[in-house]
Amino acid sequence: MKGMTIIVKKTTQLIAGMIFLYGIYIILHGHLTPGGGFAGGIILAGSFILLILAYGSDFLILVRKESGSTIYENLGVLVFLFLALTGLLFGGRIFFANWLPHGTPGELISAGFLPLYNICVGIEVAASILSIFLALIIFKEEILK
Amino acid sequence: MELTISVIVGFMILGAIYAIHARDILSAVIAGGIVGYSLVICFLLIKAPDLAIVQIVVETITLIIMIAVVLDSSRTEAYGRFDGQAYATAGAALVILLILFWLFRHASASLDHFGEGTLRMSDAYINGAVEKTGSVNLVTGVIFDFRGYDTLGEATVLVTAVLGVLTILRIRGRK
Amino acid sequence: MIVYWLCFILFLTGLYGVITRRNLIKIAISLSIMEFSCFLFLALLGYTKGGEAPIVDPADPVRTYVDPLPQAMVLTAIVIGLATTAMLMAVIIRIYRKYGTFDIREIKNLRG
Repeated sequence: MKGMTIIVKKTTQLIAGMIFLYGIYIILHGHLTPGGGFAGGIILAGSFILLILAYGSDFLILVRKESGSTIYENLGVLVFLFLALTGLLFGGRIFFANWLPHGTPGELISAGFLPLYNICVGIEVAASILSIFLALIIFKEEILK
Repeated sequence: MELTISVIVGFMILGAIYAIHARDILSAVIAGGIVGYSLVICFLLIKAPDLAIVQIVVETITLIIMIAVVLDSSRTEAYGRFDGQAYATAGAALVILLILFWLFRHASASLDHFGEGTLRMSDAYINGAVEKTGSVNLVTGVIFDFRGYDTLGEATVLVTAVLGVLTILRIRGRK
Repeated sequence: MIVYWLCFILFLTGLYGVITRRNLIKIAISLSIMEFSCFLFLALLGYTKGGEAPIVDPADPVRTYVDPLPQAMVLTAIVIGLATTAMLMAVIIRIYRKYGTFDIREIKNLRG
């Protein structure tokens, strides 16, 4: 796959970082504003997909395998499960117990475990979508070769 | 309110019919995008901003993947001659649609009118939810606290789908 | 009431496409159209007249809110829909590389 023109590449350089930051904002404020782990994770994957589409094979030479993103994906699910299991250990013997202090509703650091769950799900969704896209792109490259 | 959503759903039906009958596969994919992006407007109108923000991103990624697949392969629609099998398929489809329509007419008699009835469980999820979960966004509270098992299952389904895609695309075919 | 009927007609349009079309990509598009109609139907069931979006303002909490439960269900279902569509696309592109066509009736006759 060929890259696009220099104008697209420069614009993508400027924009991709802002899209990444917006995804992080959506994930971290998931318990205060609309959004959350699912939406933010897909936006994070979208910033990488934008870079891959604009730069083509020149960018893809760096990441020839998709093993890195699958490691993050499995790590996200395992940490999510571990956080749920801590409720079984320390809380009231309930799976998914929210035993951290809740704090004041409306503050950034509040709601106990929910922001941590949001971060785990965000990492997991972003890595999943990126793995699927990388698998499609690498398959296409191997066919063309 | 109901009229506005009805008009938008009417446009979605038109886009769906064009997507099914288009002669070019690329225009069929783009017409399928009409349905997805109209759904975003419907979600905004019925006060569901979480759904809208997820749907608009998901639709964009889906369109990118579909267009990548279509541009990589053929764009022509598979048209054959209208033989007996095609007529038999269309007839069977119409019969199935009529039966389903009749069933929905009976089922819709017990539905409440739009915007008037509420689900019985909704009080338990709204009243006092902020004190129970500490989350101002009620949808996040439902997803991660009241219904955490669902989210765990969803994450498992996502991992399984990625494993399936990697298994299908990354293995070498038998030479 | 007419919104529910239009939702069901959208579902039937997708079902018609799944049954009668012969191109694999059009079958995938029709499946996603059926998914969208189900999402819209579930989200419409949770709407309350005069309701606000389910985000509580801690300073002024006494209002009527839209039911958050169907929205949470649909939120997870949308992401699962993306994953399944991507997996369907992977199967379709693999089939195209093996047989060279999207037509399901030709693929059925080829017996590779």
